Amino acid sequence: MAATGTAATVNSNEQYNYDIVRKFTIMTLIWGAIGMFVGVYIASELAFPVLNFDNPYITFGRLRPVHTGAVIFGFGGSALFATSYYVVQRTCQARLFSDGLANFTFWGWQAAIVFAALGNVMGHSQGREYAEMEWPIDLLILFVWVAYLTVFVGTLMKRKQPHIYVANWFYLAFILATALLHVFNNLAIPVELFSMKSYSLFSGVQDAMTQWWYGHNAVGFFLTAAFLGMMYYFVPKQAGRPIYSYRLSVIHFWAIIFLYMWAGSHHLHWTAIPDWTSTLAATFSIMLLLPSWGGMINGILTLSGAWDKLRTDPVMRFLIVALSFYGMSTFEGPMMSLKDVNALSHYTDWTVGHVHSGALGWVAMITFGSLYHLVPRLWNTPMHSLKLINVHFWLATIGILLYITAMWISGIMQGLMWRAFDDFGNLQYSFVESVAAAHPFYIMRAVGGAFFLAGMILMCYNMYKTIRKGSVEPTAEQQVEGKLSANAA
Amino acid sequence: MMELLLWFTQFENTKPLALLIFFTLFCGILFYVYGSRKRSQRLESYKNIPLEDDDIEFKGK
Repeated sequence: MAATGTAATVNSNEQYNYDIVRKFTIMTLIWGAIGMFVGVYIASELAFPVLNFDNPYITFGRLRPVHTGAVIFGFGGSALFATSYYVVQRTCQARLFSDGLANFTFWGWQAAIVFAALGNVMGHSQGREYAEMEWPIDLLILFVWVAYLTVFVGTLMKRKQPHIYVANWFYLAFILATALLHVFNNLAIPVELFSMKSYSLFSGVQDAMTQWWYGHNAVGFFLTAAFLGMMYYFVPKQAGRPIYSYRLSVIHFWAIIFLYMWAGSHHLHWTAIPDWTSTLAATFSIMLLLPSWGGMINGILTLSGAWDKLRTDPVMRFLIVALSFYGMSTFEGPMMSLKDVNALSHYTDWTVGHVHSGALGWVAMITFGSLYHLVPRLWNTPMHSLKLINVHFWLATIGILLYITAMWISGIMQGLMWRAFDDFGNLQYSFVESVAAAHPFYIMRAVGGAFFLAGMILMCYNMYKTIRKGSVEPTAEQQVEGKLSANAA
Repeated sequence: MMELLLWFTQFENTKPLALLIFFTLFCGILFYVYGSRKRSQRLESYKNIPLEDDDIEFKGK
């Protein structure tokens, strides 16, 4: 690659705002370690209740939203901010719209997560899953989100590349949908102006349906569409070849946009909701299988003709295994949305296993792969240790498998025990018998989580060593060469 | 006129109408993406965007 005379004077730091990407990247790692640690701790509490230590601040009920908040919004959210700011700049060849607003999104987002966690530990919760934060924090998130939208759209509008690359479509859909979901799910009336307590504007079945319209689309747009944006940039970059089919990615995008919003009510099968909403949700969930698998195949086939990279490149392995888990959990989800399957699976650990095959297998693995690609480029140095990336990969994979297998067995067993009748038509098992039967699998789940956490901590160490030896300014040699042999070193 | 507006207030009417609109729109997108060879080539050319960015950065544009 020939460098022009200006190469030595103009570098990526001046052209792009990488400072904000670096900040969010570091917080992704920190929140990942904290959130996963809390997750392992509460999993251990379920297996060994003595770990509650009779202390109300660390009971499962208070720490569970701390775990979900830290991993979804802290780890996942920071990863999305980091990668979306990176991808939109690189694919538009334009610097972020406003450094000041971008910085506001960083500090505002981190403050929201810290306040939410502290609030949960202190016992403040509005009791809505994945949206436990009370109204003042919801307002802070709203301001941050408007700033985020402004920065993102502002950057798109000043792009030098005429076409908006498809990854940015996914990121933008995630930003818009999350705004919509956040506002309507959190419509609430505070008890008084200086009270943390508020009550939902909705009641009864409307309240339940609003919550699961939010909950499922948080999965659909925050944890799926946005991470697909990540996939559509980082898989081709790491593979060194373009995505298998751009047209398929366009269809993938629109199909997901059309279908996801209707599927939320499958979380409320066999409750007081109208039957047609249940059927509608199940139907759309089944249809979602097609675009989901189309997208997965599009990602995996990007490696077509270069499968050897899976043997030699552990970062590629993270990305492709993430896509495999995406495929697996988007098959499992539609299956569980069928009313008859749901009659067995609902309220059991199977649901917990399903969530984690998506959250750990897809969301976390695609994030790990993307960060291993990103960090060497942000700090202008190869990763400290490829061997540690490899160890991380296996710890994470084994951890997920232990986790979801334990939850499958436990969940199906619970479902079968709860519906078993004896010869006289009485329930065959008491509830506590099903709890006792699940105990070994709770231990197995905690062990699986510990494996995954160990991998995360290893990643933090590897990243710390990499960042310590790196520099935010590229060396003259790197500027002339133009490419970093980041992971092939 | 009022009758027409009232027609829209019935879910039995608006649900199939919405289905028709969205389905037609989606078919339109499918046709747009796969309907023309020339357009297909143009769309497929966009897949190289992520791979072009290194060149641009180091040329200092």
